[in-house]
Amino acid sequence: MLGRLSLAAIPFDQPIVMITVGTIGVVLFAVLALVTVKGWWPYLWREWITSVDHKRIGVMYMIVALVMLVRGFADAIMMRTQLALAAGHAQGYLPPEHYDQIFSAHGTIMIFFVAMPFVIGLMNFAVPLQLGVRDVAFPVLNSVSFWLTAAGVLLVNLSLFVGEFARTGWLAYPPLSELAYSPGVGVDYYLWSLQISGLGTLLSGINLTTTILKLRAPGMGYSRMPVFCWTALASNLLIVAAFPVLTATFAMLLLDRYCDFHFFTNDLGGNPMMYINLIWIWGHPEVYILILPAFGVFSEVVATFSGKPLFGYRSMVLATMAICVLSFMVWLHHFFTMGAGADVNAFFGVMTMIIAVPTGVKVFNWLFTLYGGRVRFSVPMYWTIGFIVTFVIGGMTGVLMAIPPADFVLHNSLFLIAHFHNTAIGGVVFGVMAGYSYWFPKAFGFKLNERIGKAIFWCWFIGFYLAFMPLYALGLMGATRRMQHYPDLHWQPLMLVALAGAVCIFLGIILTGVQLAVSIRARARNLDLTGDPWDGRTLEWSTPSPPPAWNFTHLPHVERRDAHWVAKQAPKPSITPKPDRAVGPIHVPRNTPIGVFVAFFTAILGFALIWRIDWLAVIGLVGVLAVGLWHVWQTDREMVIAPDEVTEFERRNVKEAA
Amino acid sequence: MQSQSPAQGHAPGINPHGADHHARSYLVGLGYAIVLTLASFWAASTPLVYGPAVPVLLGVLAIAQMGVHLAFFLHISSAPDQTNNFLALIFGLFVTGLVVFGSLAIMSHLNHAMVSMDQLMKMQR
Repeated sequence: MLGRLSLAAIPFDQPIVMITVGTIGVVLFAVLALVTVKGWWPYLWREWITSVDHKRIGVMYMIVALVMLVRGFADAIMMRTQLALAAGHAQGYLPPEHYDQIFSAHGTIMIFFVAMPFVIGLMNFAVPLQLGVRDVAFPVLNSVSFWLTAAGVLLVNLSLFVGEFARTGWLAYPPLSELAYSPGVGVDYYLWSLQISGLGTLLSGINLTTTILKLRAPGMGYSRMPVFCWTALASNLLIVAAFPVLTATFAMLLLDRYCDFHFFTNDLGGNPMMYINLIWIWGHPEVYILILPAFGVFSEVVATFSGKPLFGYRSMVLATMAICVLSFMVWLHHFFTMGAGADVNAFFGVMTMIIAVPTGVKVFNWLFTLYGGRVRFSVPMYWTIGFIVTFVIGGMTGVLMAIPPADFVLHNSLFLIAHFHNTAIGGVVFGVMAGYSYWFPKAFGFKLNERIGKAIFWCWFIGFYLAFMPLYALGLMGATRRMQHYPDLHWQPLMLVALAGAVCIFLGIILTGVQLAVSIRARARNLDLTGDPWDGRTLEWSTPSPPPAWNFTHLPHVERRDAHWVAKQAPKPSITPKPDRAVGPIHVPRNTPIGVFVAFFTAILGFALIWRIDWLAVIGLVGVLAVGLWHVWQTDREMVIAPDEVTEFERRNVKEAA
Repeated sequence: MQSQSPAQGHAPGINPHGADHHARSYLVGLGYAIVLTLASFWAASTPLVYGPAVPVLLGVLAIAQMGVHLAFFLHISSAPDQTNNFLALIFGLFVTGLVVFGSLAIMSHLNHAMVSMDQLMKMQR
C-alpha cells in the first residue's frame, strides 16, 4: 500500500536530525499560523503564488535561494565543526553515514537550490526591465518553471525528515549510486528532486533565451543590449544545451535503479565511466551558467558606480560568447586522473587554460572601467571589488589544476575544495549579493541599509579567506575531500581557523536577515521615489520603483547603448514617460494557478516514485496531465489595464517624485 | 518556393496560403517519417544487407529522420526569417557533435588505458 514507506523511515533515533526537524517544524508552523491569523492567504494567492509577473517570480526565486542558503550553510558549518573536532583518535560528533549525507546534501543544495535560483531569479527580475519590455516571452511557463523548482526544493527538504539523502557526493557517481551499493531512497530523492527542478530550469532557460532574442524594446539591437542581458543570453543558451544532458544522464541512472538496466553498472556491459563523462558534459557548462550572470552584474555595477560607460563593451560581449562556446570543450579536466591517455589530457588541459583568457579580458575591462572614474563605494561596489580580488586567486588556482600532472597531485584534495569555493563564493555569491543590493530598491521601492550591507560584505569576505585559505594548505599537505576524520594532529589548527571562517560567514548570513528587518522598518527614510537611486545607465532605472505590472507605460525607444544614461544627458529626456502623453489600454497576462498545481502534482509524483507507491504515482501523473489539459482549454488569458488606471499611476508617481 | 513574398523566404512548413497547405506539409512529413521508421525496422531484420553495414545504415536513416522532423515539423530552413532558428540549430549541432565525438574519443582512450571492469573486479578478489 505505501510501497517502501513506513514509520521506520523517520529517523527518530538521530537526535541531531530530530532537533533540526523540530525547529524547522516550529518555525514553519509559526509562519503559517501568522499568515492565517493575519488573513494574508488571499493576498499571497492572488498577488504572488499565482503571479505570472516576471518581477514577482524573480523575487520568489530569490526568497527560495535565501532560505535554502540557510539550509546549505547549516550543512557546511556542521562539516567544519566535525573536522575541527575529529583529529587524531577523536571521531567527532557525526558518524560516517550521516557525514556522507551532509556533504552530499550541501553540494546538491548549494548548486541546484541556492546558486541556480539566485541567478535565475536575478535574470528573471532584471532582464525584461533592462530590455525595456513588459514581461518575458512566456509568462505562464515562467510560473511553471518556478514552481517546479520549488517542488524539487520540497522533495530535497523532505529527505531530511522522511528517509535519508544520498551518501554519494553531489554528483552521485556510479557504481556507488547504483542499487547494489545504495539500496536506500537517498539516491532516489537526489535524482527525482533534481529531475523535477532541472525541468524547471530548462523551461526557464528556453523562456529567457526567447525573451532576449525576440523581445527587445524598439531600437535595441544586439549591440545596444546591456552586458547583463548578454551574459544572461550566454547563460541561458548553456542551460538549453546542457540541461538535457543532465536529464538524460539521470534518466539512465534511474532506469538502472528502477528497471534493472545496465548503463552504468559494473556488470553486463555497463560502464560507470560513461556517467562521469556525461555528467561533466553538463557539469562544466553549469559552472559558467552560474558565473556568467554574476559577471554581468559586476559589469553593470562597475559602470554605474564609476559613472562611466563600461570599458570595452565589444570585447566584453565577445569574451562572454567565447566562454559560452569554450565551456563545452573542457569537461574532461574534472577527471584527468581516470585513465585517459596523455593526448586527451593534454588537449583538455590546454583548452582549460585557454578559457582563462576571455575571463582575464573581463577582469581588465572592469579595472579599466574603474580607472579614472568617480567611484562611489556603495555596497554593490564593495562586492565587486571583493570579487575581482578573490576571483583572480580562484581563477589562478584553477589554471594551476588545469595542468594534468599537477591535477594528479591535487585531485580530490581539499585544495580542489578551496579552489571551487574560491570561484563559487568569490564569484557567484559575491555576484548575487551585489545584484541583490543593486536591484533591491528597484524591486521594492526602498534601499537596503548601507552600513549593515557593508558589514555583511566584510563578514563574507574575511570569512571566506579564513575558511578556505587553510584548505589550500591542507590540500597540499594531503588532506582529501569528503574526509570524516584524520589522524594527523598537525592539521587541527588549520581546521580550527577554517571553522572560525565559517562562523564569520554565519554572522554575515544572520546580518542579511537583520538588514532586511531594519531596512523594512526604516523604509520611509530610504524610499526611492525617482526610480533611479544609483544614477543608473540602463532602462530598468527609467521606470518607477517598484515598477508597475506593465513595467513601462510607454515602451522606450532605444537609440544608443546605456539608453537611460543617454536620455538623462539629453536636454529633453526622451525616455522618461511623461504623464501628459496619450496612454492606450495595456494588455498583461492574467494570473493563473497552473504553475503551482502542476508543481503540486509533480511533487506527489516524485514522492511516490521515490517510495515506490504505485497508486500515488498514478494520481500525480494524472493530476499533471489534467491540470495541463485544463489550462489548454482556458481562453481568457489576458487582462486589460484601462488607460485611466495607467494615467492615475503615472500621475501619482510624478507627484511622489517631485 | 516560388510563392514567397519578395522580402521574406518561407520554410517548407510555414506557408502563407492557408491551413490546407499547412496540413499537407505536415502530412508529407508524417509520410516520410513513417517510411523512414519502417525502413529502419526492415534494415535491422533483413538478410539482404551486409551485417556489419547495418548499424551504419541505421545511423543514416536516423539522421534522415531528424532532417525530416526539422524541416517538416519544426520548419527550420536557411531562409532569412529563420536566422535565430538556424543559428540555434548550428549551436545544437556543434554541441551534439562535441558530446558525441568527445565522448567516443574519451571512452576509447579510457578503454585503451584502463583495465576492463571485469578484470578489475577479478583482481580485487
